[in-house]
Amino acid sequence: MNVAVITFPGSNCDQDCVRSVELAGGSARYVWHREVSLGDSDAVIVPGGFAHGDYLRPGAIARFSPIMDAVIDFGRGGGLVVGICNGFQVLCEAGLLPGALLRNRSLRFQSHDCFMRVERSDTPYTGDYRVGQVIGMPLSHADGNYYADPDTLAALEAEGRVVFRYCDADGAVTQDANPNGSLNNIAGIANARGNVLGMMPHPDRAIEAVLGSLDGLPLFTSLVGALARAEVA
Amino acid sequence: MSRFTVEVLVTPRPGLLDPQGKAIHHALSSLGYDAVDDVRVGKAIYLEVSAATSQAAAERVEEMCRKLLANPVTEDFRVTAAATGAGS
Repeated sequence: MNVAVITFPGSNCDQDCVRSVELAGGSARYVWHREVSLGDSDAVIVPGGFAHGDYLRPGAIARFSPIMDAVIDFGRGGGLVVGICNGFQVLCEAGLLPGALLRNRSLRFQSHDCFMRVERSDTPYTGDYRVGQVIGMPLSHADGNYYADPDTLAALEAEGRVVFRYCDADGAVTQDANPNGSLNNIAGIANARGNVLGMMPHPDRAIEAVLGSLDGLPLFTSLVGALARAEVA
Repeated sequence: MSRFTVEVLVTPRPGLLDPQGKAIHHALSSLGYDAVDDVRVGKAIYLEVSAATSQAAAERVEEMCRKLLANPVTEDFRVTAAATGAGS
């Protein structure tokens, strides 16, 4: 089992993601953005950071990095692809996920802990969480304000594709708990098939007690577990 | 082939929340400019393009807008091409 973590110029969470996979019992390696093949990778993580300096729009230039054709093919073919923070922005720009991440409602770079409610536990990324579980982890972004047109938003909700929603410590989904103005407090979504996930908060920064939270680790143990089951099957 | 200066205006789509525009509107109001009803902020991109005609230059850049320069989910764009050096 091998998880590819894509490194763009400006990525700064690629090491966090490799460590997260390893702590979850899997193995991961870095794939430089100029490579054109994912090799024998079984899953892909597009990490956080500021790929290509966020110039033009976050993710807009990264989306055309050479490796992205392979990532898009892999995701469209049902391969497991998760984008975290800047990676979420890249996956939206690449068309693997619908919608876009706009500038935060506050116009400020938001960098603090947040709570999210787990809405789905039947994805390859959330099997080790419970539906309704409130999890806490850091977020760190200027452009995390999830937007989709009304039809797309309605489809996301109807199809149960909102995986994480910003909430308060008690799990209440309120505007006060919405850090960036995201529609319907959306913190993370999946594609229709459920194999591609994008989220703004950082599970990769909540994987060890010393970081203040372990709530991100189940995302990676879920992923590693899903890959292990696929290998057996 | 001639050289054209192509101006691309990228603007947030109507109805989309534009927090920058709101902040500027608020600042203008506090300066006493009460006549301002709305402010929206976009960006301008200038390209020097070689093409046979200004129309060909504009069409080329419109393609670039659809592919990269604008996000169709959130932004509209407008393209204007003029012979480089003309009208400036």
